[in-house]
Amino acid sequence: MAISKRKKAQYRRVAVYVLSVIALLVMVLVVDWGRLQSAMFKWDIVVEQFPDILLSAGKNTLIFTILGFAGGLSFGLLFALMRLSTVRPYRWFAATYIEIFRGIPLLVTLLILGFGIPIATGWRWPNPYLQGAVPLALVASAYMAETIRAGIEAVPKGQMEAARSLGMSYSRAMITIIIPQALRIIVPPLTNEFVLLIKDTSLISVLGVTAGTRDLARFGRDGVNSTANATPLIVAGLVYLAMTVPLTQLVAWMERREKAVSR
Amino acid sequence: MNSDIVVNITNLNKSFGDNHVLRGIDLQVQRGEVVCIIGPSGSGKSTLLRCVNMLETPTAGTVVVLGRELTDIDCDIDEARTHIGMVFQQFNLFPHLTALENVCVAQRKVLKRSADEAARIAHGLLARVGLVEKDNAYPAQLSGGQQQRVAIARALAMNPDVILFDEATSALDPELVGEVLQVMQSLAQEGMTMLVVTHEMGFAKGVADRVVFMDAGVIVEQGPPSQVISAPVEERTRAFLSSVLNH
Repeated sequence: MAISKRKKAQYRRVAVYVLSVIALLVMVLVVDWGRLQSAMFKWDIVVEQFPDILLSAGKNTLIFTILGFAGGLSFGLLFALMRLSTVRPYRWFAATYIEIFRGIPLLVTLLILGFGIPIATGWRWPNPYLQGAVPLALVASAYMAETIRAGIEAVPKGQMEAARSLGMSYSRAMITIIIPQALRIIVPPLTNEFVLLIKDTSLISVLGVTAGTRDLARFGRDGVNSTANATPLIVAGLVYLAMTVPLTQLVAWMERREKAVSR
Repeated sequence: MNSDIVVNITNLNKSFGDNHVLRGIDLQVQRGEVVCIIGPSGSGKSTLLRCVNMLETPTAGTVVVLGRELTDIDCDIDEARTHIGMVFQQFNLFPHLTALENVCVAQRKVLKRSADEAARIAHGLLARVGLVEKDNAYPAQLSGGQQQRVAIARALAMNPDVILFDEATSALDPELVGEVLQVMQSLAQEGMTMLVVTHEMGFAKGVADRVVFMDAGVIVEQGPPSQVISAPVEERTRAFLSSVLNH
Protein backbone atom coordinates (compact mmCIF):
# COMPACT_ATOMS: atom_id res chain seq x y z
CA MET A 1 0.00 0.00 0.00
CA ALA A 2 2.00 2.89 -1.28
CA ILE A 3 0.65 6.32 -0.47
CA SER A 4 2.26 9.09 -2.48
CA LYS A 5 4.01 11.95 -0.67
CA ARG A 6 1.52 14.51 -1.85
CA LYS A 7 -1.41 12.36 -0.77
CA LYS A 8 0.20 11.98 2.66
CA ALA A 9 0.63 15.75 2.97
CA GLN A 10 -3.01 16.22 2.07
CA TYR A 11 -4.17 13.80 4.79
CA ARG A 12 -1.94 15.51 7.31
CA ARG A 13 -3.42 18.90 6.51
CA VAL A 14 -6.98 17.62 6.95
CA ALA A 15 -6.00 16.00 10.26
CA VAL A 16 -4.59 19.30 11.57
CA TYR A 17 -7.82 21.15 10.68
CA VAL A 18 -9.98 18.53 12.38
CA LEU A 19 -7.86 18.54 15.54
CA SER A 20 -7.94 22.35 15.71
CA VAL A 21 -11.72 22.40 15.50
CA ILE A 22 -11.98 19.74 18.22
CA ALA A 23 -9.60 21.67 20.51
CA LEU A 24 -11.61 24.84 19.98
CA LEU A 25 -14.89 23.06 20.79
CA VAL A 26 -13.45 21.51 23.96
CA MET A 27 -12.27 24.90 25.10
CA VAL A 28 -15.62 26.54 24.48
CA LEU A 29 -17.49 23.75 26.31
CA VAL A 30 -15.12 23.19 29.26
CA VAL A 31 -14.24 26.74 30.24
CA ASP A 32 -16.58 28.53 32.63
CA TRP A 33 -16.94 31.71 30.61
CA GLY A 34 -19.00 33.56 33.17
CA ARG A 35 -16.43 33.04 35.88
CA LEU A 36 -13.57 33.87 33.56
CA GLN A 37 -15.17 37.13 32.57
CA SER A 38 -15.91 38.17 36.13
CA ALA A 39 -12.27 37.50 37.08
CA MET A 40 -10.52 38.96 34.07
CA PHE A 41 -12.82 41.26 32.12
CA LYS A 42 -15.42 42.62 34.48
CA TRP A 43 -17.22 45.32 32.59
CA ASP A 44 -17.72 47.83 35.44
CA ILE A 45 -14.00 47.58 36.27
CA VAL A 46 -13.14 48.07 32.61
CA VAL A 47 -15.19 51.25 32.57
CA GLU A 48 -13.57 52.37 35.82
CA GLN A 49 -10.12 52.34 34.17
CA PHE A 50 -11.08 55.14 31.82
CA PRO A 51 -10.18 57.87 31.24
CA ASP A 52 -7.17 57.71 33.60
CA ILE A 53 -5.59 54.73 31.83
CA LEU A 54 -5.33 56.84 28.68
CA LEU A 55 -4.95 60.38 29.98
CA SER A 56 -2.44 59.54 32.72
CA ALA A 57 -0.88 56.08 32.35
CA GLY A 58 -1.04 55.89 28.55
CA LYS A 59 0.32 59.41 28.31
CA ASN A 60 3.21 58.52 30.63
CA THR A 61 4.05 55.39 28.64
CA LEU A 62 4.18 57.54 25.51
CA ILE A 63 6.36 60.16 27.22
CA PHE A 64 8.83 57.48 28.35
CA THR A 65 8.82 55.93 24.88
CA ILE A 66 9.34 59.20 23.01
CA LEU A 67 12.08 60.40 25.37
CA GLY A 68 13.77 57.01 25.11
CA PHE A 69 13.45 56.93 21.34
CA ALA A 70 14.66 60.49 20.76
CA GLY A 71 17.65 60.00 23.07
CA GLY A 72 18.35 56.55 21.64
CA LEU A 73 18.21 57.84 18.07
CA SER A 74 20.55 60.78 18.69
CA PHE A 75 23.13 58.74 20.58
CA GLY A 76 22.58 55.76 18.27
CA LEU A 77 23.49 57.91 15.26
CA LEU A 78 26.53 59.23 17.10
CA PHE A 79 27.72 55.72 18.04
CA ALA A 80 27.03 54.42 14.52
CA LEU A 81 29.23 57.16 13.05
CA MET A 82 31.90 56.41 15.64
CA ARG A 83 31.77 52.72 14.72
CA LEU A 84 32.39 53.69 11.08
CA SER A 85 35.09 56.22 11.89
CA THR A 86 38.67 55.76 10.76
CA VAL A 87 39.77 56.91 14.22
CA ARG A 88 40.40 53.72 16.19
CA PRO A 89 39.65 54.99 19.72
CA TYR A 90 36.21 56.13 18.49
CA ARG A 91 35.54 52.67 17.10
CA TRP A 92 36.71 51.00 20.32
CA PHE A 93 34.61 53.26 22.51
CA ALA A 94 31.46 52.74 20.44
CA ALA A 95 31.97 48.99 20.15
CA THR A 96 32.51 48.65 23.92
CA TYR A 97 29.48 50.80 24.71
CA ILE A 98 27.29 48.77 22.37
CA GLU A 99 28.49 45.45 23.82
CA ILE A 100 27.90 46.58 27.40
CA PHE A 101 24.42 48.00 26.96
CA ARG A 102 23.22 45.18 24.72
CA GLY A 103 24.64 42.62 27.10
CA ILE A 104 23.05 43.83 30.35
CA PRO A 105 19.29 43.31 30.76
CA LEU A 106 17.34 46.56 30.66
CA LEU A 107 15.87 45.74 34.07
CA VAL A 108 19.35 45.64 35.62
CA THR A 109 20.41 48.85 33.88
CA LEU A 110 17.25 50.54 35.14
CA LEU A 111 17.93 49.41 38.70
CA ILE A 112 21.60 50.44 38.60
CA LEU A 113 20.98 53.91 37.16
CA GLY A 114 17.59 54.52 38.76
CA PHE A 115 18.30 53.13 42.25
CA GLY A 116 21.89 52.03 42.66
CA ILE A 117 23.69 55.20 41.74
CA PRO A 118 21.37 57.55 43.70
CA ILE A 119 21.72 55.33 46.79
CA ALA A 120 25.49 55.02 46.44
CA THR A 121 26.22 58.69 45.72
CA GLY A 122 23.39 60.63 47.27
CA TRP A 123 22.72 62.22 43.91
CA ARG A 124 19.03 62.47 43.01
CA TRP A 125 17.36 62.34 39.61
CA PRO A 126 15.98 65.82 38.98
CA ASN A 127 12.89 64.45 37.29
CA PRO A 128 11.07 61.09 37.56
CA TYR A 129 10.58 60.95 33.79
CA LEU A 130 14.32 61.23 33.22
CA GLN A 131 15.00 58.58 35.85
CA GLY A 132 13.15 56.08 33.68
CA ALA A 133 13.82 57.45 30.21
CA VAL A 134 17.60 57.96 30.43
CA PRO A 135 18.45 54.28 31.10
CA LEU A 136 15.93 53.33 28.42
CA ALA A 137 17.59 55.70 25.92
CA LEU A 138 21.09 54.45 26.76
CA VAL A 139 20.10 50.85 26.05
CA ALA A 140 18.06 51.80 22.97
CA SER A 141 20.99 53.77 21.54
CA ALA A 142 23.15 50.63 21.61
CA TYR A 143 20.60 48.72 19.53
CA MET A 144 19.86 51.64 17.21
CA ALA A 145 23.58 52.25 16.61
CA GLU A 146 23.87 48.80 15.05
CA THR A 147 20.72 49.32 12.95
CA ILE A 148 21.92 52.71 11.69
CA ARG A 149 25.42 51.40 10.99
CA ALA A 150 23.99 48.56 8.91
CA GLY A 151 21.85 51.09 7.00
CA ILE A 152 24.80 53.36 6.26
CA GLU A 153 26.93 50.42 5.16
CA ALA A 154 24.15 49.29 2.82
CA VAL A 155 24.57 52.50 0.75
CA PRO A 156 26.94 51.63 -2.14
CA LYS A 157 30.54 52.78 -1.70
CA GLY A 158 30.38 54.67 -5.01
CA GLN A 159 27.97 57.19 -3.46
CA MET A 160 30.59 58.40 -0.99
CA GLU A 161 33.24 58.41 -3.73
CA ALA A 162 31.05 60.46 -6.07
CA ALA A 163 30.26 62.96 -3.31
CA ARG A 164 33.90 63.26 -2.25
CA SER A 165 35.08 63.64 -5.85
CA LEU A 166 32.77 66.68 -6.14
CA GLY A 167 34.68 68.30 -3.29
CA MET A 168 32.32 67.50 -0.43
CA SER A 169 33.93 66.83 2.94
CA TYR A 170 33.27 63.48 4.64
CA SER A 171 30.66 64.95 7.00
CA ARG A 172 29.00 66.98 4.24
CA ALA A 173 28.73 63.84 2.10
CA MET A 174 27.32 61.89 5.06
CA ILE A 175 24.65 64.49 5.77
CA THR A 176 23.67 65.32 2.18
CA ILE A 177 24.15 62.04 0.34
CA ILE A 178 24.61 58.97 2.56
CA ILE A 179 22.26 59.42 5.53
CA PRO A 180 19.18 60.35 3.44
CA GLN A 181 19.65 57.09 1.52
CA ALA A 182 20.36 55.09 4.68
CA LEU A 183 17.17 56.45 6.28
CA ARG A 184 14.98 54.69 3.72
CA ILE A 185 16.64 51.43 4.67
CA ILE A 186 16.46 51.89 8.43
CA VAL A 187 12.99 53.38 8.95
CA PRO A 188 11.30 49.94 9.17
CA PRO A 189 13.76 48.49 11.73
CA LEU A 190 13.68 51.76 13.69
CA THR A 191 9.89 51.58 13.81
CA ASN A 192 10.25 48.07 15.22
CA GLU A 193 12.64 49.52 17.77
CA PHE A 194 9.92 52.03 18.71
CA VAL A 195 7.48 49.16 19.30
CA LEU A 196 10.03 47.39 21.50
CA LEU A 197 10.49 50.61 23.46
CA ILE A 198 6.75 50.96 24.07
CA LYS A 199 6.80 47.53 25.67
CA ASP A 200 10.08 48.06 27.50
CA THR A 201 8.73 51.13 29.29
CA SER A 202 6.71 48.65 31.39
CA LEU A 203 9.97 47.78 33.19
CA ILE A 204 10.25 51.37 34.44
CA SER A 205 7.47 50.56 36.92
CA VAL A 206 10.05 48.82 39.17
CA LEU A 207 11.46 52.25 40.01
CA GLY A 208 8.51 53.03 42.29
CA VAL A 209 7.31 56.12 40.54
CA THR A 210 4.75 58.53 41.95
CA ALA A 211 1.04 58.32 41.09
CA GLY A 212 1.38 61.04 38.48
CA THR A 213 4.16 59.33 36.55
CA ARG A 214 2.80 55.76 36.59
CA ASP A 215 3.02 53.99 33.25
CA LEU A 216 0.47 51.54 31.86
CA ALA A 217 1.94 48.43 33.45
CA ARG A 218 2.15 50.01 36.89
CA PHE A 219 -1.35 51.43 36.49
CA GLY A 220 -2.65 47.94 35.70
CA ARG A 221 -0.80 46.35 38.60
CA ASP A 222 -2.07 48.93 41.07
CA GLY A 223 -5.53 48.36 39.65
CA VAL A 224 -5.27 44.65 40.38
CA ASN A 225 -4.27 45.42 43.96
CA SER A 226 -7.18 47.77 44.56
CA THR A 227 -9.87 45.68 42.83
CA ALA A 228 -8.62 42.13 43.53
CA ASN A 229 -9.43 41.44 39.90
CA ALA A 230 -7.23 40.85 36.83
CA THR A 231 -9.28 43.16 34.63
CA PRO A 232 -7.05 46.27 34.97
CA LEU A 233 -4.03 44.35 33.61
CA ILE A 234 -6.05 42.96 30.72
CA VAL A 235 -7.20 46.48 29.84
CA ALA A 236 -3.61 47.71 30.09
CA GLY A 237 -2.56 44.92 27.71
CA LEU A 238 -5.26 46.00 25.25
CA VAL A 239 -4.04 49.61 25.40
CA TYR A 240 -0.50 48.40 24.60
CA LEU A 241 -1.90 46.48 21.62
CA ALA A 242 -3.76 49.57 20.44
CA MET A 243 -0.38 51.34 20.26
CA THR A 244 1.81 48.54 18.92
CA VAL A 245 -0.37 46.81 16.33
CA PRO A 246 -0.80 49.87 14.06
CA LEU A 247 2.98 50.33 14.12
CA THR A 248 3.83 46.70 13.32
CA GLN A 249 1.25 46.84 10.53
CA LEU A 250 2.91 50.03 9.26
CA VAL A 251 6.27 48.22 9.19
CA ALA A 252 4.74 45.30 7.32
CA TRP A 253 3.28 47.74 4.80
CA MET A 254 6.63 49.54 4.36
CA GLU A 255 8.39 46.22 3.81
CA ARG A 256 5.82 45.10 1.23
CA ARG A 257 6.21 48.43 -0.58
CA GLU A 258 10.01 48.20 -0.49
CA LYS A 259 9.81 44.70 -1.94
CA ALA A 260 7.58 45.93 -4.75
CA VAL A 261 9.88 48.87 -5.55
CA SER A 262 13.13 46.92 -5.51
CA ARG A 263 11.79 44.22 -7.81
CA MET B 1 56.55 75.56 -12.68
CA ASN B 2 55.00 75.19 -16.08
CA SER B 3 51.43 76.45 -15.74
CA ASP B 4 50.35 74.46 -18.76
CA ILE B 5 50.85 71.19 -16.93
CA VAL B 6 47.55 70.26 -15.31
CA VAL B 7 48.46 66.86 -13.90
CA ASN B 8 52.02 65.91 -12.97
CA ILE B 9 52.57 62.42 -11.56
CA THR B 10 56.04 61.44 -10.39
CA ASN B 11 57.23 57.95 -9.41
CA LEU B 12 53.76 56.94 -8.25
CA ASN B 13 53.52 53.66 -6.34
CA LYS B 14 50.44 52.02 -4.87
CA SER B 15 50.15 48.76 -3.02
CA PHE B 16 47.08 47.02 -1.62
CA GLY B 17 48.70 44.85 1.02
CA ASP B 18 51.16 42.62 -0.84
CA ASN B 19 49.65 43.52 -4.18
CA HIS B 20 51.92 46.09 -5.84
CA VAL B 21 49.46 47.66 -8.29
CA LEU B 22 51.37 50.73 -9.50
CA ARG B 23 55.15 50.50 -9.86
CA GLY B 24 56.65 53.91 -10.46
CA ILE B 25 54.34 55.82 -12.81
CA ASP B 26 55.48 59.13 -14.33
CA LEU B 27 52.85 60.98 -16.31
CA GLN B 28 52.19 64.57 -17.27
CA VAL B 29 49.02 65.94 -18.79
CA GLN B 30 49.06 69.33 -20.54
CA ARG B 31 46.15 71.75 -20.52
CA GLY B 32 43.68 70.84 -23.25
CA GLU B 33 45.21 67.44 -23.79
CA VAL B 34 43.14 64.25 -24.05
CA VAL B 35 45.08 61.29 -22.71
CA CYS B 36 43.61 57.80 -23.06
CA ILE B 37 44.91 55.06 -20.79
CA ILE B 38 44.50 51.57 -22.18
CA GLY B 39 45.65 48.18 -21.00
CA PRO B 40 44.48 44.77 -19.80
CA SER B 41 42.27 44.54 -16.71
CA GLY B 42 44.32 44.50 -13.54
CA SER B 43 47.04 46.60 -15.15
CA GLY B 44 46.41 49.44 -12.67
CA LYS B 45 44.81 52.01 -14.98
CA SER B 46 41.78 52.65 -12.77
CA THR B 47 43.95 52.80 -9.66
CA LEU B 48 46.17 55.36 -11.40
CA LEU B 49 43.13 57.46 -12.26
CA ARG B 50 41.79 57.20 -8.70
CA CYS B 51 45.14 58.38 -7.36
CA VAL B 52 44.82 61.59 -9.39
CA ASN B 53 41.96 62.78 -7.16
CA MET B 54 43.14 60.83 -4.12
CA LEU B 55 40.24 58.40 -3.97
CA GLU B 56 43.18 56.06 -3.46
CA THR B 57 46.08 57.28 -1.35
CA PRO B 58 49.38 56.57 -3.10
CA THR B 59 51.92 54.50 -1.21
CA ALA B 60 54.78 56.58 -2.58
CA GLY B 61 55.40 59.30 -5.16
CA THR B 62 53.77 62.65 -5.78
CA VAL B 63 50.64 63.78 -7.57
CA VAL B 64 50.52 67.48 -8.44
CA VAL B 65 47.35 68.91 -9.97
CA LEU B 66 47.29 72.59 -10.96
CA GLY B 67 50.32 73.25 -8.79
CA ARG B 68 48.73 71.67 -5.70
CA GLU B 69 50.66 68.73 -4.36
CA LEU B 70 47.79 66.40 -3.40
CA THR B 71 50.12 63.91 -1.79
CA ASP B 72 51.25 66.61 0.66
CA ILE B 73 49.51 66.10 4.02
CA ASP B 74 48.81 69.85 4.27
CA CYS B 75 46.93 69.95 0.96
CA ASP B 76 43.20 70.78 1.23
CA ILE B 77 42.00 67.77 -0.72
CA ASP B 78 38.32 68.85 -0.78
CA GLU B 79 39.21 72.16 -2.39
CA ALA B 80 41.54 70.48 -4.89
CA ARG B 81 38.84 68.00 -5.89
CA THR B 82 36.50 70.80 -6.95
CA HIS B 83 38.95 71.37 -9.84
CA ILE B 84 39.09 67.67 -10.78
CA GLY B 85 35.91 66.18 -12.21
CA MET B 86 35.33 62.44 -12.14
CA VAL B 87 32.99 60.20 -14.11
CA PHE B 88 32.55 56.63 -12.85
CA GLN B 89 31.89 53.34 -14.58
CA GLN B 90 28.76 52.81 -12.45
CA PHE B 91 27.61 56.48 -12.89
CA ASN B 92 27.12 56.83 -9.11
CA LEU B 93 24.29 59.31 -9.50
CA PHE B 94 22.57 60.14 -6.22
CA PRO B 95 19.38 58.05 -6.49
CA HIS B 96 17.39 60.16 -4.01
CA LEU B 97 17.87 63.32 -6.09
CA THR B 98 16.49 64.29 -9.50
CA ALA B 99 18.77 64.84 -12.48
CA LEU B 100 18.74 68.58 -11.88
CA GLU B 101 19.39 68.17 -8.15
CA ASN B 102 22.26 65.80 -8.91
CA VAL B 103 23.90 68.56 -10.91
CA CYS B 104 23.00 71.24 -8.36
CA VAL B 105 23.88 69.65 -5.03
CA ALA B 106 27.66 70.19 -5.07
CA GLN B 107 27.28 73.65 -6.63
CA ARG B 108 25.10 74.58 -3.67
CA LYS B 109 26.91 72.80 -0.87
CA VAL B 110 30.52 73.17 -2.02
CA LEU B 111 30.70 76.22 -4.28
CA LYS B 112 27.91 77.94 -2.30
CA ARG B 113 26.15 79.11 -5.43
CA SER B 114 22.59 80.38 -4.99
CA ALA B 115 19.73 77.99 -5.73
CA ASP B 116 18.71 80.00 -8.79
CA GLU B 117 22.19 80.20 -10.23
CA ALA B 118 22.88 76.50 -9.61
CA ALA B 119 19.60 75.49 -11.24
CA ARG B 120 20.25 77.74 -14.23
CA ILE B 121 23.73 76.28 -14.73
CA ALA B 122 22.48 72.72 -14.21
CA HIS B 123 19.65 73.21 -16.69
CA GLY B 124 22.11 74.51 -19.28
CA LEU B 125 24.54 71.65 -18.73
CA LEU B 126 21.82 69.01 -18.99
CA ALA B 127 20.85 70.54 -22.31
CA ARG B 128 24.49 70.53 -23.37
CA VAL B 129 24.77 66.76 -22.78
CA GLY B 130 21.58 66.28 -24.79
CA LEU B 131 19.10 65.85 -21.94
CA VAL B 132 16.11 68.10 -22.39
CA GLU B 133 13.02 67.85 -20.23
CA LYS B 134 14.72 65.34 -17.96
CA ASP B 135 15.42 67.85 -15.16
CA ASN B 136 12.91 66.28 -12.81
CA ALA B 137 13.58 62.62 -13.66
CA TYR B 138 15.11 60.43 -10.98
CA PRO B 139 18.13 58.31 -11.97
CA ALA B 140 16.05 55.12 -11.84
CA GLN B 141 13.82 56.59 -14.57
CA LEU B 142 16.75 57.18 -16.93
CA SER B 143 18.62 54.80 -19.21
CA GLY B 144 22.26 54.03 -18.49
CA GLY B 145 23.42 56.37 -21.23
CA GLN B 146 21.23 59.18 -19.90
CA GLN B 147 22.47 58.57 -16.36
CA GLN B 148 26.08 58.76 -17.48
CA ARG B 149 25.38 62.02 -19.32
CA VAL B 150 23.85 63.46 -16.12
CA ALA B 151 27.02 62.35 -14.34
CA ILE B 152 29.12 64.23 -16.90
CA ALA B 153 26.95 67.34 -16.43
CA ARG B 154 27.38 66.96 -12.66
CA ALA B 155 31.16 66.95 -13.07
CA LEU B 156 31.06 69.92 -15.48
CA ALA B 157 29.01 71.99 -13.03
CA MET B 158 32.09 72.46 -10.86
CA ASN B 159 33.98 74.07 -13.78
CA PRO B 160 36.79 71.52 -13.43
CA ASP B 161 40.19 72.03 -15.03
CA VAL B 162 40.45 68.32 -15.79
CA ILE B 163 37.95 65.47 -15.92
CA LEU B 164 38.82 61.85 -15.13
CA PHE B 165 36.76 59.21 -16.95
CA ASP B 166 36.98 55.78 -15.31
CA GLU B 167 35.70 53.31 -17.94
CA ALA B 168 32.70 55.58 -18.42
CA THR B 169 31.08 53.38 -21.05
CA SER B 170 31.94 49.90 -19.74
CA ALA B 171 28.69 49.41 -17.82
CA LEU B 172 26.48 50.53 -20.72
CA ASP B 173 24.45 48.46 -23.15
CA PRO B 174 26.25 48.53 -26.51
CA GLU B 175 23.63 50.71 -28.20
CA LEU B 176 24.02 53.38 -25.50
CA VAL B 177 27.81 53.69 -25.70
CA GLY B 178 27.71 56.04 -28.69
CA GLU B 179 25.69 58.81 -27.04
CA VAL B 180 28.16 59.00 -24.14
CA LEU B 181 31.24 58.89 -26.35
CA GLN B 182 29.73 61.67 -28.44
CA VAL B 183 29.44 63.92 -25.38
CA MET B 184 33.02 63.08 -24.41
CA GLN B 185 34.22 63.84 -27.93
CA SER B 186 32.53 67.22 -27.98
CA LEU B 187 34.13 68.05 -24.62
CA ALA B 188 37.50 67.13 -26.07
CA GLN B 189 36.90 69.37 -29.07
CA GLU B 190 36.01 72.26 -26.78
CA GLY B 191 39.44 71.96 -25.23
CA MET B 192 38.66 70.14 -21.96
CA THR B 193 41.64 68.42 -20.38
CA MET B 194 40.71 64.77 -20.07
CA LEU B 195 42.27 61.66 -18.61
CA VAL B 196 40.32 58.71 -19.95
CA VAL B 197 40.60 55.06 -18.92
CA THR B 198 38.82 53.20 -21.69
CA HIS B 199 38.41 50.00 -23.65
CA GLU B 200 36.99 51.93 -26.63
CA MET B 201 39.88 51.76 -29.07
CA GLY B 202 37.91 53.69 -31.67
CA PHE B 203 37.53 56.59 -29.25
CA ALA B 204 41.20 56.45 -28.26
CA LYS B 205 42.24 56.42 -31.89
CA GLY B 206 39.91 59.20 -33.01
CA VAL B 207 39.92 61.59 -30.05
CA ALA B 208 43.05 61.09 -27.94
CA ASP B 209 46.07 63.35 -28.32
CA ARG B 210 48.11 60.71 -26.59
CA VAL B 211 47.58 57.07 -25.73
CA VAL B 212 49.20 55.47 -22.72
CA PHE B 213 49.46 51.68 -22.63
CA MET B 214 49.82 50.20 -19.14
CA ASP B 215 50.53 46.65 -18.08
CA ALA B 216 51.38 45.18 -14.66
CA GLY B 217 51.55 48.59 -12.97
CA VAL B 218 53.94 50.33 -15.36
CA ILE B 219 53.57 52.49 -18.45
CA VAL B 220 54.84 50.25 -21.24
CA GLU B 221 54.45 52.64 -24.13
CA GLN B 222 52.94 56.03 -24.87
CA GLY B 223 52.59 58.39 -27.77
CA PRO B 224 50.08 59.63 -30.35
CA PRO B 225 47.39 57.07 -31.23
CA SER B 226 48.81 56.75 -34.74
CA GLN B 227 51.87 55.26 -33.10
CA VAL B 228 50.65 53.34 -30.03
CA ILE B 229 47.50 51.88 -31.55
CA SER B 230 48.41 51.68 -35.22
CA ALA B 231 52.13 50.90 -35.01
CA PRO B 232 53.03 49.75 -31.48
CA VAL B 233 56.68 49.17 -30.75
CA GLU B 234 56.44 46.99 -27.66
CA GLU B 235 55.55 43.32 -27.85
CA ARG B 236 53.12 43.57 -24.90
CA THR B 237 51.24 46.43 -26.56
CA ARG B 238 50.93 44.44 -29.75
CA ALA B 239 49.65 41.36 -27.91
CA PHE B 240 47.04 43.42 -26.04
CA LEU B 241 45.85 45.28 -29.14
CA SER B 242 45.53 42.15 -31.22
CA SER B 243 43.42 40.56 -28.46
CA VAL B 244 41.03 43.52 -28.22
CA LEU B 245 40.87 44.46 -31.89
CA ASN B 246 40.42 40.99 -33.36
CA HIS B 247 37.35 39.71 -31.59
